[in-house]
Formats: sequence, structure tokens, C-alpha cells
Amino acid sequence: MTSVASGIARKKKVPLSAILLRLSSFLIMGVAVYWLGINFAHSPQEFAQVTINGLNNGLLYALIALGYTLVYGIIELINFAHGDLFMLTSVFSFAVLTELLGAQSPSGKNYALLLVVLLFTMAFGATLNVTIERLAYRRLRDAPKLAPLITAVGMSFVLQWIGLKWIGSVPVNVNTVLPSGKYHIGGVEIAYKTFAVFLITVPVLIILAFVVDKTRRGRAMRATAQDKDASRLMGIDVNKTISFTFAIAGAAAGAAGIMWAQTIGTVAYNLGFQLGLIAFTSAVLGGVGNLYGAVMGGLIIGLIQAYNDGLSIGPGQRWSQSMVFTILILLMVYRPGGLLGETAQEKV
Amino acid sequence: MARLNTPVMLKISDLTVGYGAITAVKGLSLEVREGEIVSVIGSNGAGKSTTLRTVSGLMKPKSGSIEFLGEKIDGIPGHEIVAKGICQSPEGRRIFPKMTVDENLDLGAYLRKDGAAVKEARERVLELFPRLRERINQKAGTMSGGEQQMLAVGRALMGNPKLLVLDEPSMGLAPVLVDLIFETIETIRKSGVTILLVEQNALAALRIADYAYVLESGNLKLEGDGSKLADDPAIAQAYLGG
Repeated sequence: MTSVASGIARKKKVPLSAILLRLSSFLIMGVAVYWLGINFAHSPQEFAQVTINGLNNGLLYALIALGYTLVYGIIELINFAHGDLFMLTSVFSFAVLTELLGAQSPSGKNYALLLVVLLFTMAFGATLNVTIERLAYRRLRDAPKLAPLITAVGMSFVLQWIGLKWIGSVPVNVNTVLPSGKYHIGGVEIAYKTFAVFLITVPVLIILAFVVDKTRRGRAMRATAQDKDASRLMGIDVNKTISFTFAIAGAAAGAAGIMWAQTIGTVAYNLGFQLGLIAFTSAVLGGVGNLYGAVMGGLIIGLIQAYNDGLSIGPGQRWSQSMVFTILILLMVYRPGGLLGETAQEKV
Repeated sequence: MARLNTPVMLKISDLTVGYGAITAVKGLSLEVREGEIVSVIGSNGAGKSTTLRTVSGLMKPKSGSIEFLGEKIDGIPGHEIVAKGICQSPEGRRIFPKMTVDENLDLGAYLRKDGAAVKEARERVLELFPRLRERINQKAGTMSGGEQQMLAVGRALMGNPKLLVLDEPSMGLAPVLVDLIFETIETIRKSGVTILLVEQNALAALRIADYAYVLESGNLKLEGDGSKLADDPAIAQAYLGG
């Protein structure tokens, strides 16, 4: 608004609104730090406990958020069906591990089965996601943006319907193979399940980040995300690269799906709506299109929910969603591109 | 300079290409022989870039054919054409702005598996454009237009092309850099790479060309030896600004 010619030795006039915006951001951060601080002082054990719970859920959100962000990054599509894909992978893992293989209690054999079915579930998620892209999105790649968006919404309903036919309308309990005990360190209890989530999701996240950042395929993905025609001129098979991206997104959702079923203990046909929304929010919070942003967003939302639900001085569980979205809205005001996102001008 | 007496490398016959209802190229026939520099000139909208996009498989022709080293290549996907030995530095440079110079060059050699030869190619490119060596770890999007152009040409060379296709390599560059780019094109040709060049800077393009084609609104208007066209008063009047 103020036409300040740069380089001229004249005092830059900063608009009042910018000062207020900056001050208010400090104020909000101050309140948040104060709130966490008094809770920490009140009971450090509780604080640590809640943090661990938050990270547990956050890691699962991060895996799903990865799928939104990868797909958006490469074809600028908000894949509304992704949450439901996650739901189907959790149903698949239940059908295979719990029902078909009958692994319903902790034992050495069942841990091994869990790892095997984890791989199968990831493969299932990858195959399903690649198929969805092939059937529903590829033909619309050059169509106006709204067309594939609507197809994605439609696909979401199709997947929900498949879930409904598969396990019915009532949430199903999953007898987990993970041990129910807890590990105690200094007054903090960490469930063995939580360890399992860390042990499985962290390596999966690291491997996926490695694939995107360091491998030839990953470089092709990043090139395709930036400029499809230029990528073709490099000899990159753009269709194949997009399929590969959907495969990675589906595999991550698969890992989240089986761990969800095993740690939360229920699967339901409408699981995808809620989780998809949270994961999509994570992706936006972190800066959609940015891999690390999605992971960060997922962890932050997991933590916000956990602090809000678990800390003794706080609004409590009823305010959980409101808190998450208040923070999302505030963040969007101050950083419209998300935490690690670039400013909007980049994408030409 | 005059047409070389070498075998035909690229043969475009009666090519028609369009976007929807608009026909951008109408029945164009053109030939590039091994070791030549062939220039295509013409004003904006003459169909030059469309022709090159079709050669590289980014667009499909409505009719006509393109043969490369005796093999029909029209209609096959772009990434397979690169494998056959045609690399393009496209109009508007189209470098990958969020990647470093280094990563951009690596992508130019995406299909190549021979590590040692790729290393050599990179060394040659960096010798050709020392500026790129200085900027090797810089994000390509933060470089000047001239540097980006060097990167686009260097990236295309990384693919070890038999035919290097250059679309407006001098566009938007300062006169000093334009001279440098044209000198470099001649250096590249001397190293054994055949070049198909599209330019708005008609005079410079004609001077270095063995053979040249003049397009006008999608039609071939004239063709002839580069130097002859450069001296043709009619051409001078129409394309060289008097």
C-alpha cells in the first residue's frame, strides 16, 4: 500500500496494521507458552505423558498427511479420497491379520505376522491408490481443476461404500497383537503400543523422505511437480512418476491404517472422514506440498489435541477440534503458506 | 555457409500441428543433416516453437511425419524421444527453479546410466559455461536470465544429444550474452552435435546456420543457405529490421 521506493535513504513507513499483526502474534505465542508452562510446572510427569500420547497420534496423522501433500505437490489435486483410502487399509489389515490369520493376542509369532501384514497393507494401499489415479484422475489431468476435485469427492464415497459393504455400519473392535503393558520411567507411563507406533512409523517416514529426497525416482517426482513438460524433455516418464507418487502416498496410508487398527482398536467405515480432515489440516498447517511440513503439521496437531485433552489446566476434550482449527486459522493469518510452505508466488 | 553433404538426420514431412481449432503449423517440410546448424526464423506466432514441441513429442501432429535417423518418431511420447538422442532447451528456459544448478544438470542426464561419461559431460558443460560452476549449489530460480539460459542449454547437453534443439536461446538476454550464446552454439557444433535452432534474432541465427527456413503464420515461406538468406534484401526488410 505504501509506495516505499527501496534503496532511497528515507525512513520506511511501516503500516500500523503490520505492527498490530506482529504484536498480536507475540501475544498469542506468549499465551500458548504460558499455558504450557503452568501445566509443566503443575506436573512435569503429566506433561511428559501427554506429550508422548500426542506424538503417538501425531505420527499416524503425519503418515496420512504425507499422502495429501505428495499428491497435491505433484498434480495440485486435493485428493479427498485419501482419508477413505486410509480407512480401507485399516479394514484390510483387520480382515487379513485379525480375521484371516487369527492373530488376536500378543505372541512372538503374531509380532512377525504383524510385520508381514504391515508390508501387505502398505502394498494394498499403494496398489489401490495407483488404481484410483489411473481410473479417476489421469484422464482429467488437463481438465479444469474443479473436475478432478469433484471426482475425488466421488471416489471418497465409493471407498466409503466399499468399507461399509466390507465390515458393515457398526464400528468393529480389533483384538490387538500388541502387548497391553506399560513401561515406567520416572513416573511416566509409556504403553508398549506407543513404542510399536514409534518403531514402525518413524522408519517408514525416514525411508519415504529418503526416497523423495535422495533417489533418482524422487528427483523425477520433484521435477515433475515443478514442470511437467520440462520433465518430459529430460526423459522423465511423467505418468509413471505420478503413479509412483500415488503408490508412496498409498503405502504411507497403509502403514498408518494397520497401526491405527492395532493401537486404537476399532475400525469403522467412516473413519476416513475424521482422520482425513485432520491429516489434510496437518498438510495445510505444514505447508501443502512440503513433505517435512506434513510431518511437522501432523505432530503439531497430535500435540495440540493431546495437550488440550490431557493437561489438567486447560479447556478439555470437548474443545479439541475447536482448538486445532483455531490454531490452524491463526497460523494461516500469520503464515498463509503454512509453516514450511513457500509464499504463493512460486507456482507458476 | 551452405548445406552439408551428409546424411539426413531429421526429416519433417508435410507436418500439420494445431491447438484445438487453431492450426499453428501447416504442411511444413524441413530437413536437418548430420553436423549442420539449421535455423528456423520467423516472427511471433509463425509456428516455430510448435514445430520444436512436436519434434520433442510434447505435441502430437494432426498429419505429416517426423523421421529421426530413418525412424518414424511422430506420436511417440516425449520421454522416449529423449532416449533416441534429441534433447531440447525449450522456449522460456524451463529450468527447475527450486532445484540447484547441480540437480538441474543431473536431471539432464536422467536417462543415462554410464556414470563416468555423465561426469565427463558435466565437466564439458561447466567448461563451456564457467559461470555455472560458480553457481553450482545455487537454486536455479535465483539466477539471472542469462545464467538460466546457460543452464537450460547445459542441461540439454547433459543428455548427450545427437540433435540439440534450441528454442530461442537468446531471448531476453543482454547483447554481450547473446554473442556468447551464439559463439557457444558454434563451439557445440564443432564438438560433433547437430543443431536445430529457432530464433527471433534472425540475423545472428542466419549467420551461423548452414541452412535456414523462414516461417510465416505456419507456412514455409523461404528456405536456403544461411549466408544467402542473411544477404537477401527481402529477408532483411521483413525480419532483420531493414
